[in-house]
Amino acid sequence: MKAGVVMRLRGLIRKESLQILRDPSSIAIAFLLPAILLLLFGYGVSLDARHIKLGIAVEQPSAAASSFTTEFSNSVYFDPRVFSTADAAQTALAQEKIDGFVWLQSDFARRLAAGQDPSIGVYVNGVDANNARIIENYVQQSWAIWRSSQLAASGAKDPIPIAIEPRIWFNPAVSSRDYLVPGLIAVIMTLTGALLTALVIAREWERGTMEALMVTRVTMLEILISKVLPYFFLGLGGMVVAVIIAVFLFHVPLHGSILVLTLSASLFMLASLGMGLLISTIAKNQFVAGQIAIITTFLPAFILSGFIFDIGSMPWPIKVFTHIVAARYFVAILQSLFLAGTVWSVILPNFLALVVMAIVFLGAARLAARKRLD
Amino acid sequence: MSDPPLVLDQVTRRFSIAKRVVVALDQVSATTTPGLVTGLIGPDGAGKTTLMRVIAGLLRVDSGGVRVFGVDVAADPLAVQGMISYMPQRFGLYEDLTVQENLDLYADLQGLASGLRAARYGELLHMTGLAAFTTRLAGKLSGGMKQKLGLACTLIHPPRLLLLDEPTVGVDPVSRRELWSIVDHLVRGAGMSVLLSTAYLDEAEKCDEVLLLHEGKLIGSGPPGDFTKSMAGRSFQVRAAGMSKRVALTALTGRAGVTDAVIQGESVRLVLDRDAKPELVREAGLKDAVVIPVPPRFEDRFIDLLKIKAMAESPAKTLVMNPASRASTQTQPADVVIEVKHLIKRFGDFLAVDDISFTVRRGEIFGLLGANGAGKSTTFRMLCGLLLASSGTLRVGGFDLSHAAATARGQLGYMAQKFSLYGDLSVMQNLRFFSAAYGLTGQKRRQRIDWALSVFELTPFRDATSRDLPLGFKQRMALACALMHEPEILFLDEPTSGVDPLARREFWQRINGLADHGVTVLVTTHFMDEAEYCDRLVIMGQGRILAEGTSEQLKDHCRDESHPNPTMEDAFIALIEANDAQIAALARQA
Repeated sequence: MKAGVVMRLRGLIRKESLQILRDPSSIAIAFLLPAILLLLFGYGVSLDARHIKLGIAVEQPSAAASSFTTEFSNSVYFDPRVFSTADAAQTALAQEKIDGFVWLQSDFARRLAAGQDPSIGVYVNGVDANNARIIENYVQQSWAIWRSSQLAASGAKDPIPIAIEPRIWFNPAVSSRDYLVPGLIAVIMTLTGALLTALVIAREWERGTMEALMVTRVTMLEILISKVLPYFFLGLGGMVVAVIIAVFLFHVPLHGSILVLTLSASLFMLASLGMGLLISTIAKNQFVAGQIAIITTFLPAFILSGFIFDIGSMPWPIKVFTHIVAARYFVAILQSLFLAGTVWSVILPNFLALVVMAIVFLGAARLAARKRLD
Repeated sequence: MSDPPLVLDQVTRRFSIAKRVVVALDQVSATTTPGLVTGLIGPDGAGKTTLMRVIAGLLRVDSGGVRVFGVDVAADPLAVQGMISYMPQRFGLYEDLTVQENLDLYADLQGLASGLRAARYGELLHMTGLAAFTTRLAGKLSGGMKQKLGLACTLIHPPRLLLLDEPTVGVDPVSRRELWSIVDHLVRGAGMSVLLSTAYLDEAEKCDEVLLLHEGKLIGSGPPGDFTKSMAGRSFQVRAAGMSKRVALTALTGRAGVTDAVIQGESVRLVLDRDAKPELVREAGLKDAVVIPVPPRFEDRFIDLLKIKAMAESPAKTLVMNPASRASTQTQPADVVIEVKHLIKRFGDFLAVDDISFTVRRGEIFGLLGANGAGKSTTFRMLCGLLLASSGTLRVGGFDLSHAAATARGQLGYMAQKFSLYGDLSVMQNLRFFSAAYGLTGQKRRQRIDWALSVFELTPFRDATSRDLPLGFKQRMALACALMHEPEILFLDEPTSGVDPLARREFWQRINGLADHGVTVLVTTHFMDEAEYCDRLVIMGQGRILAEGTSEQLKDHCRDESHPNPTMEDAFIALIEANDAQIAALARQA
């Protein structure tokens, strides 16, 4: 009896592996797609502001004003343009020639010389809220830096009460790439786990092979195991490719333990596969399976995992909803492992959450799978 | 061991499709005999596949029970699945695995010890003729080879009960015959019990016992010989001298005392009611007809059973023949309407149609007969102007298709294989759509729609959704749509595949009526029976015409002393085999 189980599993797994090797589309989803997505995000998409087109409206030219302007010209973040009136700058902003402008009023130099607070005005195009916030932050920082250097140069005895001295941990260069690429690994593994699995099982239904399979001594559990194992390793293979690209091509640091990375990736893969199997019990053709997989796993992994959009700033109902997105926990682990190291206080709760997710999804798939057509 | 292979006890299974409840199996009870081939016979939609799946433990029953060798399928499906092998309609093969890999998989699944495999593989590969193809992907095999591989996969570990769901559908007659000889030799030799479903009534006679299924009900069971025996003395061949076979058929069909009348070769095959006398042929106006008793066929009994049932349900049901409204009087009947000369179609370096020529005259029913892949669909598409010929001439209704495809198409009515109807529309909406698509407007359009509703007896269904119609009615509606614009030429692509024998007879009666009124009919089919309805036909194989003539002339090809009355299938197989031998001889020379 035991020998029968081993023989059947061996046969099914060998069949599945041969199919993976012969089908260019599963290889493409597992290895090519990760590479393409990583290159796209690594090179193309960036949440950092660089070369911001900033206007500076200088109503009354002065030494102080030009010193302030130089501060911006020397920065990699800004491409400044000087206007003589605020009105001219405003027109340029309306025409989207600049993304924002700083207004130095005519009494700028006078107030500065008098030791008064020479307040400046900052106007930012708020259409792209994310970009607007970045510009605002950068301008404020540049202003603070320039003010303190001015005060130091003038030898003022009393430095301004608050000196902002930002110190950014875990991602010292504040590069969004270092932050996006690890998260992307979770998205990619969702693709192999849920989408590919749901598709290949739907294909068996479409071609009538599932029907033939079911009328043998095979149990449903054996069929499920034979689907999980090959795709489990395929998914981990995809992850290895992604990590290699991340570390060696994009120079994203990997501070944490590789063992913990492998373990949590395995857990996430199991949760993902469970989701894929669950989808395949509902969707019996490839088109529907693909649609459901994208909507229920891929998009949430993209949007609700905290990979791009911060979960903390989501409205509470959505925040609650993110708890059933497995990618959320894996993204947290990945970001910690890559950027901070093996921080157990972060990893442990997320790791446990992944254990629960894997058990729930695989268990649900086992319960939902029936060795019947109705 | 004394338990019978299969006991069906009041098996009932319903499906709810949309808002309707369909009874797929209605209190089916039967017991099969060990070591025999039991045929599960019935037209499409009779419930054959549902029953197969119920037995295999894939579907539950709503009431009743199924026992396989004494084991209740509902209680212990896994135990049953350990005793049976099942080949679903699409053979259950992995097309991206090789022949050998498919065998390995099923050997593992059926738990055949590795020591026994080499011998078993050898045996199966030899029997199926696949020994030379073990490294070929299953997807690259021909239909017949796939069928044999599918069968081999179910037989690796010989099961106690073998379930074959329509194993012969869509495969050519040669492969069909080979499959039956495998079932005979191996299965019967090993004492295996087999349940085989089929829609081909002529296959019933190859079974040891049959279960006759129609619309979910078991309407008969027993050895096929019993079915035919009960029809003894009721079947006749009627040769009406000096009268067209179609006129003779029309005179006999629907007459009191006539169970069935179909065209067979140059004569009419007649089946009489139990108490009717052959003298009624003369009363029907066929004065000089020669009436010869012939042995009954299985199909005769099936029609008999269906007729009795139909009479009980609606005694007034008669088959009214209504030809198309236009009679052909303007032209000579001998006009050539379709002319094909040296037609060639290449797809890359593959010759789909290899230099074929034939002509069809007005009012003729002309058939293109061939297995899947013989080139008939390609020829058909070129004749419809849907595909461009690589070279050769094609004239339809006097127009050259290479110059005036649209004009030529305007006089065509075309009925596609799957009855291209809009399933979500009602019967009336479909008729409105097709009449508009053919450019009919106003009074004319209303007239044609009324004509279609009355002639095809669709009035009671005018508001029914097309998808929910029985197959026979879908077929009627498809024909009505194709005739909306009163075409002079009618193209039928596999027109009656899967419909029940009564609907098929009714359909051909209508087609005969059209032909009598001068409509030229071109039909493709792989049903050998259907060839009998054609005035003339060509048999195609590998893109070429292997033979041309009337069905009797074609049968002459293989008529000899040992086979004085060959069937169309015998003729077909003889021609294909002669062609294959010729190709092999040429290959040897080269």
